[in-house]
Amino acid sequence: MKEITYKEALREALSEEMIRDENVFLMGHDIGIYGGGFGVTEGLVLQFGEQRVIDTPISEAIIAGLATGAAISGLRPVIEAMFSDFVTLMMDNIVNQAAKFSFMSASQACVPLVLRMPAGCGTGAGAQHSQSLEAWMCHVPGLKVVFPSNPYEAKGLMKAAIRDNNPVIFFEHKLAYSSIGYVPEDEYVIPIGQANIMRKGNHITMVSYGHSVQKCLMAAAHLKEIGISAEIIDLRTLYPLDEATIINSVKKTGRVMIVHEAVKTGGLGGEISAILSEKAFSYLKAPILRIAGKDVPIPFSKTLEEACVPQIQDIENAAKRLMRR
Amino acid sequence: MSLTNEKITIMYNKMVTARLLEEMLHEMFSEHMLHGTTHLGIGQEASGIGACMTLRDGDKATLTHRNHVQCIGLGMNVKYLLAEMFGKETGTNSGLGGSMHLMDLKNGNLGANGIVGGGLGLALGAAFKMHYHKEENVVMCFLGDGATNEGLFHEALNLASIKNLPVVFFVENNHYAVSMNTSRSMKVTDIGQRANAYGIRSIILDGNDAIDVYNMTFSAVQYVREGNGPILIESKTYRVAGHSKSDVKQLYRSQEEVDAWVAKDPIKRLEEYILKNNIANSEMLKEINTRVMDEIREAVLFAQNSLDPSADILNKHIYAK
Ligand SMILES: Cc1ncc(C[n+]2csc(CCOP(=O)(O)OP(=O)(O)O)c2C)c(N)n1
Ligand SMILES: [Mg+2]
Repeated sequence: MKEITYKEALREALSEEMIRDENVFLMGHDIGIYGGGFGVTEGLVLQFGEQRVIDTPISEAIIAGLATGAAISGLRPVIEAMFSDFVTLMMDNIVNQAAKFSFMSASQACVPLVLRMPAGCGTGAGAQHSQSLEAWMCHVPGLKVVFPSNPYEAKGLMKAAIRDNNPVIFFEHKLAYSSIGYVPEDEYVIPIGQANIMRKGNHITMVSYGHSVQKCLMAAAHLKEIGISAEIIDLRTLYPLDEATIINSVKKTGRVMIVHEAVKTGGLGGEISAILSEKAFSYLKAPILRIAGKDVPIPFSKTLEEACVPQIQDIENAAKRLMRR
Repeated sequence: MSLTNEKITIMYNKMVTARLLEEMLHEMFSEHMLHGTTHLGIGQEASGIGACMTLRDGDKATLTHRNHVQCIGLGMNVKYLLAEMFGKETGTNSGLGGSMHLMDLKNGNLGANGIVGGGLGLALGAAFKMHYHKEENVVMCFLGDGATNEGLFHEALNLASIKNLPVVFFVENNHYAVSMNTSRSMKVTDIGQRANAYGIRSIILDGNDAIDVYNMTFSAVQYVREGNGPILIESKTYRVAGHSKSDVKQLYRSQEEVDAWVAKDPIKRLEEYILKNNIANSEMLKEINTRVMDEIREAVLFAQNSLDPSADILNKHIYAK
């Protein structure tokens, strides 16, 4: 095992996959000598050259389009949206072309592309650079959606995403980039579609993903001191969801809260909650709680920005409420 | 209106305000006094301010992420600008916007934009309203060179052209979009050529020469105001500061290149012009600098002493009443 950052983990995955398969290439704004908006691709242009680490003009729509076309032709593009918010400019190619191509053509071609999406708030970047749009992507059949919470997952999921024959929307949380974690020295891949139990517990289940998992872990440590044992499920893949892992945990605890930074309305919490009431209703001892972002655009002011998304204290308070039911 | 001595002095004042303000911002970011990020327009003062000064009451402008110079040009008070950068309730946007969203509608400022090219639609719409009501106003749509590679730019030029909309596309070609030099991002040497493809006239000017920027933009604005449809101005200039607060290494350009442009500093050039033409003497210029610096220091105090917005503001502005 070695200790590396989330950013380095992503870079290792990209580099190893590019060595393994010459059809893998990277494309995006300033991913070359500049190293990408958040430094993930730093040094890769020196290693692989400008043929495979390709800087583009600011033209999101056609980057997504070109990637789709290249993917159906046998290449394996990994494209970077400098901020996930700019996916709005890529949406036609992602939603109407990439997501549906395999289906509409009855599998005459597939679309093995990865779209890297730096997401989330906490950096003071304001309303157009801080959103969590993962639920949009889950709403489009044909896309797979992943969101690693730590370096180990970042590397293993990136490898799986690149090897997958479908378009994979790969969310990365900006606050996670410099976080450190253990990663095996040897090659490994984390299959898409498998959640992970990050922490075992038997009083309540916390279902979360991305950076919010870290907040759940801290909250769970505090809750332990007052005798509340929380089980934390890190979804890792948001579509397709690992329903079995969630349901099995809820069967054990009977109490569940879903924690995410994305706004509550139309968020993944609602979907998971519905799945549980369809498939695990009789095991529930209390109503399901959603601890999610407020239904507001992300404000610039630091105090307000923090007030908009679940913080550790909010998670703890919710857990205590859940125990009282 | 021709450039009177009084106007030249105002222009100088505004350029100095923008420069000293941004140097202060740079310092405050280095000391982690400010949250978020910022994009400085140091070196582009003649371009942004010269252009804004050609506008009159009722005209509007859409700004870019690199907007402080443009904001000052349009008359934003530095107190409220700084308060917004500090995320305070007294800021132009009550602390909700931040550096990339500074907006000041009463001065015709339709807002800076965090989305490259995000102002294009807003500019066309505002111009459409002027056209619809037969108002003799124009919209100045500020863009960077990088924004002209977005698909929306090309749609906007074509639509503005066929509908004869009163838009001045003011492209500040500072030769870079983050790390990408224009020689790598486009094969045309002049962005003006792109306008010609849509039947729009274009003007290319020296964006570091305030007098030139003002005079040439003024006649362009006049042309648009008279109902001749849109025009595109390419203002050739240079971003002396890094792209944003995070752009520290700047491996994509050489120090010699930066130095060569620093030698063409727009403020120094205007000072020389002012002195040569006896518009003011060096004592008077020094005085302006001192007064501006005092104003900025006062504005910083104002911002620091203002309150954070309270949480109930969050739900107040999402929907109109
Ligand atoms: C749609 C979109 N894509 C990418 C970005 C990230 N970004 C911010 S500024 C910038 C460069 C803009 O270049 P240019 O238009 O030349 O303006 P300049 O920064 O040089 O003033 C980029 C790529 C963004 N904000 N919006
Ligand atoms: Mg530029």
